[in-house]
Amino acid sequence: MAYKQFILVCGGTGCESSKADDIYKELIANAEAMGVKDDVQIVKTGCFGFCEKGPIVKVLPTESFYVEVKPEDAKEIIAEQVIKGREVKRLLYKDDKAKDRIKLEDIGFYQKQFRIVLRNCGIINPENIDEYIARDGYAGLEKVLGSMKPEDVIAELKTSGLRGRGGAGFPTWRKWEFSKNISSDQKYVVCNADEGDPGAYMDRSTIEGDPHSIIEAMSICGYTIGADKGYVYIRAEYPLAIDRLKIALKQAREYGLLGNNILGTNFSFDIEVRLGAGAFVCGEETALLQSLEGHRGMAVPRPPFPAVKGLWGKPTVINNVETWANIPVIFTKGAEWFNKIGTETSKGTKVFALTGKVKSSGLVEVPMGTSLRDIVFGIGGGIKDGKKFKGAQTGGPSGGIIPPDYLDTPIDYESLTSLGSMMGSGGLIVMDEDDCVVDVSRFYMEFCVDESCGKCSPCRIGTNQMHSILQKISRGNGTMEDLDKLEKIGLAMKKAALCGLGQTAPNPTLSTIKRFRNEYLEHINDKSCQAGKCKDLIVYSINKENCIGCGLCARKCPTNCISGDKTQKYTIDASKCIKCGECYKVCKFNAVLKK
Amino acid sequence: MAKMTLEQLRKLREEKKGEMDKREVEGKNIQIIVGMGTCGIAAGAKQTFEEIIREVDANGLAAQVVIRQTGCMGLCHVEPTVEVVMPDMPDTIYGRVDGAIAKEIVVRHVLGKALLENHIYDRPAVDIVKQ
Repeated sequence: MAYKQFILVCGGTGCESSKADDIYKELIANAEAMGVKDDVQIVKTGCFGFCEKGPIVKVLPTESFYVEVKPEDAKEIIAEQVIKGREVKRLLYKDDKAKDRIKLEDIGFYQKQFRIVLRNCGIINPENIDEYIARDGYAGLEKVLGSMKPEDVIAELKTSGLRGRGGAGFPTWRKWEFSKNISSDQKYVVCNADEGDPGAYMDRSTIEGDPHSIIEAMSICGYTIGADKGYVYIRAEYPLAIDRLKIALKQAREYGLLGNNILGTNFSFDIEVRLGAGAFVCGEETALLQSLEGHRGMAVPRPPFPAVKGLWGKPTVINNVETWANIPVIFTKGAEWFNKIGTETSKGTKVFALTGKVKSSGLVEVPMGTSLRDIVFGIGGGIKDGKKFKGAQTGGPSGGIIPPDYLDTPIDYESLTSLGSMMGSGGLIVMDEDDCVVDVSRFYMEFCVDESCGKCSPCRIGTNQMHSILQKISRGNGTMEDLDKLEKIGLAMKKAALCGLGQTAPNPTLSTIKRFRNEYLEHINDKSCQAGKCKDLIVYSINKENCIGCGLCARKCPTNCISGDKTQKYTIDASKCIKCGECYKVCKFNAVLKK
Repeated sequence: MAKMTLEQLRKLREEKKGEMDKREVEGKNIQIIVGMGTCGIAAGAKQTFEEIIREVDANGLAAQVVIRQTGCMGLCHVEPTVEVVMPDMPDTIYGRVDGAIAKEIVVRHVLGKALLENHIYDRPAVDIVKQ
């Protein structure tokens, strides 16, 4: 019995948390109750990327793209769409411009995207190896084992131009070649899935949506460098990704795609999952390897690099999830094909987790060289609530904020570095006029204070000092000397810190001092925060002319510091005010002033 | 499943490809649309639909053909109705399509690029067909 229609339900963490699993179960229950379970295949897939509008349900072949679906809608989808062939119009996606609800191909969010890493996310069922195989899965491994020598694999990787997606952009083929050329009784392949940047979730979604692509890529690497053991080091906070990865590993073993004599060849390889306990520094490769060995996660000096002397002192290739996910495609579609995508120095695509004050947040994959404008205003649909774009933060606590003047810069490793930011793992947080750069820098520095492993003094002391100075400025006690001090400490950390965490921790601060100096000066000289984020610099008051005496603000105030009545109007007792902003938010008459 | 060899993996992929191809819409340029309003279903559109799927699979066309169902096309007197939209052929609506005619539509219209003259009910106009 062949299926006539397919209902794909997003099973990413984002949609699952808004009841996607209930929707999935309801759809199945309704299809059974209405006697059409043999006509429609209901599949739970990986992330569609359009997280802003989740949970998402897609129906094929009509390509109906349903957004913000609720479990109660399942009945209507089955009754109307599956049985009668009529779309459930009220659930279709609708954008600002178009009056009518529109089809998938017309959704601006998907138009400029190009999917290599996320090729299977939202299409296949990640818990079914057959579906991965049907979409050219394990064809890369098949080609490599069947017809390529390790040297050929490295040559192909070199032609492709693939660079590490973890942030620094080191050419992948060189890592592999280092390890391959060293003779050793034991070598290792490691997948870094310890994604930790605030706001970044592309690695999680890749594993949740397409776990076999990681397994296939690691096996190709094992064959190339002569390793028979691999580890996936993944955060324990990603339970769904871990579950799906474990299911995938089991299926791969059953099919003989992992284990001894893979696909009837002499090559043997297996992969083990290791859970990270939630330290940000363990995303740094040397700290990760320490943690994998069972030690406390602390960075060790490089060289020797892990490719030469890594896990238990043996040559170890360690790549990030997104890098791995690119590799099978390079071997099925060819390095030449891959090399044509992107810019001169950066090939292929990059996945960004687009979040912040943007209309359509979500997971976005674009060719390298796409401009920030295309991502924020094209794919993301612009800034929420008609506010003004202030900047885009890339690279998390290691990156910087890119101001509006540089919106048209094509994004690649080099261009971001020259702007004082970095690619990082791919978090992209959009900021508007309500965000204060001093506050943002202080937030990231606080994050680094918490996450510094404490081994080297430039990082341990430097992050702390920079954090207290930033706090001083945000409280209105900063001086011009403080700015110089920040720059001085920052530069010292960049040069002297042991690992990437400490070396890049000053980036958010240094880049904003350079690009948004005026805002620092306002905090220091005028003691004012235009964005209204630095609580010590703002005062709430009530304009009696606008106040109608409704008393809503007084009822909402958690500290009862607003008093008055209809005739007297209301006043705020500044001495008791904790500046939570509730009164400002609830007042419908613009009577609460924030200054 | 037992452990596979290179050859078996290749075979499994070919087998499964057809199933996944059905979920893909991009790159398919032939559409077969079956009218499945209440009238169509009552007249046997379900069997027609199934026959078309079977025939498309049997002829290895799954990667090129999208099979959709739609509501009533308004030709209730000749249900079940099937519309075929494909390059190099005029858009055509067939009427009274039972299982046997459905099979012929796939073989003769889609593969053979010839119209099934006695079953056309709309578009292109009758005079064009006669020529």
